[in-house]
Amino acid sequence: MSETIDYRPMWAELGLDLDKHDALLSALGQAYTATFLAQSNRPAGMGYFDFVMGEVHGLRVKELVDARAAGRIVVGTFCVFVPEELVLAVDGVCVGLCAGADFGTAQAERFLPRTTCPLIKSFFGFALEKVCPYLSACDLVVGENTCDGKKKAFEIFRSLVPREFMALDIPNTKSGEGRAVLKRAYLDLVATLERLAGRAISVDSLRAGITTANAKRQALYRLARLRQAEPAPISGLDGLLINQVAFYDDPLRFTASVNALCDELEGRVERGEGVARRGTPRIVISGCPMAVPNWKLPSIVEKAGAVIVGEESCIGERGTQNLVAADGDTVEALVDGLVDRYFAIDCAVFTPNPTRPEHALAIARRAGADGVIHYALQFCTPYQMEAPPLERALEQGGVPVLRIDTDYSQEDVEQLRTRVEAFVEQVRG
Amino acid sequence: MRVIGLDVGSRTVKRVTVDDGELLEHRVVSNNHDPLAVCDALLAGRRSDRLVATGYGRHLLARHRRAETLTEIRAAALGVRRLRPTARTILDLGGQDTKVVALDAGGAVVKFEMNDRCAAGTGRFLEVMATALCYPLDDFVAAGRTATGSRNVTAMCTVFAESEVISASARGADRAELARGLHQAVISRTLGMLRRLPLEEEIVFCGGGALNACLRELLAAALGREVHVPPQPQIVAALGAALSAGPEPGPLVEVPDERHEDP
Repeated sequence: MSETIDYRPMWAELGLDLDKHDALLSALGQAYTATFLAQSNRPAGMGYFDFVMGEVHGLRVKELVDARAAGRIVVGTFCVFVPEELVLAVDGVCVGLCAGADFGTAQAERFLPRTTCPLIKSFFGFALEKVCPYLSACDLVVGENTCDGKKKAFEIFRSLVPREFMALDIPNTKSGEGRAVLKRAYLDLVATLERLAGRAISVDSLRAGITTANAKRQALYRLARLRQAEPAPISGLDGLLINQVAFYDDPLRFTASVNALCDELEGRVERGEGVARRGTPRIVISGCPMAVPNWKLPSIVEKAGAVIVGEESCIGERGTQNLVAADGDTVEALVDGLVDRYFAIDCAVFTPNPTRPEHALAIARRAGADGVIHYALQFCTPYQMEAPPLERALEQGGVPVLRIDTDYSQEDVEQLRTRVEAFVEQVRG
Repeated sequence: MRVIGLDVGSRTVKRVTVDDGELLEHRVVSNNHDPLAVCDALLAGRRSDRLVATGYGRHLLARHRRAETLTEIRAAALGVRRLRPTARTILDLGGQDTKVVALDAGGAVVKFEMNDRCAAGTGRFLEVMATALCYPLDDFVAAGRTATGSRNVTAMCTVFAESEVISASARGADRAELARGLHQAVISRTLGMLRRLPLEEEIVFCGGGALNACLRELLAAALGREVHVPPQPQIVAALGAALSAGPEPGPLVEVPDERHEDP
């Protein structure tokens, strides 16, 4: 964690509570060291991502502040349904907002029922405790109408947003009407972005945005394919971290860094080198997204002697699968291409959502997984409801499943450790 | 080769010594605030080639006494395979965990369920309820077995159930019927876990909870068939731990350091 530049004046200017923010960064640094830097045999290419995480509230935030000073807009999001392509098309910067840590929960519970999922409580907690510099730097926060928890929470959250808030409507069926809802929402987003940025989206600028976002996805596909090798060339924790950083980092720099890492991993795969021994039990995680710094379950899994080789998750393949067609001749035709790509995301808010079990089974098979751990956040009704049918589908496909429901607290770590270790023993045979 | 299996549970620590695969001796003692000292007392002066630990304290033994570890789920499976090879389902009702395990024909674990984070419906729950009703534990079990009726207890949280029992007593509820109702509540919760597994064949009930005759009877009645209880149901996991030591040391699980707090 770099201490060379004093970012405190910048944080103060962004209105952060410096004492609480110091406490957060200190805890984050300790967790990062214990979880990531303590791993052995890491690829050298992870150095870049260590640097990014070390500067996650420093240099990256300064880049956002500098971008705003140069007249660019910063757009904060919570969900893979917000197309980064549109933000890039107005030369804006798209960042994921903090929602992955148990911070400010008591404050959040002044506004929210206790039976709210930890991800929602977390973004309230970060906002109320004034410790999320990304939120402070945003010109626009886009809240998507996915689950009931988020929809209703955003009604309250919008008053905590420093500048403008926009609710993005998301359909709940994969019907023609549903597709029309998503297209309408994206056209509204286009209008909002154009107004805030003071510039129109052109065919060229949108195509350029699509090209950038597609290249980022392709780099992540390349990483996902390399993780299918036996022995796995990179840990699941590092694989997850890269997918998490995808939401924060400059997309061009990120893509180049992922590709450089993949070059190194290709060498490892050719030489048969792995981060874990050949024969190490291979696990795929399926379920709710894990936002930074939610590393609780993957850390337990890999300490139990398994390696995670894929994620069926928004921060993982559900979020990155499918490219956007860039061949439209008008902005609307290009937006249609966006709608086609995003409408295929098999988020559990859709009913029915038959492609998700198929997708989970396909990921598990491609990755040569010995088992799948279904991960649901407590009080996340859509994913908790989908867990039993998904479990049945995977087991019918011959893949053992362990179901975990948990939150961001540490109180159940020892019980989780027992269940995860028993599952690893089970699939090891 | 002589192997000691230690099952470091929340309420008791179980020691089993196995010599060339044969059970030599076993011992069960109460656990306390210093499980390592309890284990050291159990190990003092005892010679063995290998030490294998299971139960919630297994990592403590791995860290401080160089024990190999396995989970209580696999340990119970190995113990049951020795004691009753035809069993395909295990209910292990311990002090703070309830585990149900499905086995294949070779005795390998194919699926398991375990209560998460809270000790509702476990052995500790019944101990607290016995105290709330001012029964010694044995009398509590006997009262549950002989009660003429059963007074329904709906709360499974130990804290809520205790206040439910106290207010029911204040309204004049029969103490023995409450005792039966509390046992019934544990069985109902356990059945919920069991029914998530295939349940066609033999079932073994082990762990300290299997010492409770009222639980045994209610479980057999609810399932409508025989429930097999080994002669020493508490030592099944410790036996499995001792039997798990093959000729070569097993794969070592990375021992977590002292808990660090993630943000």
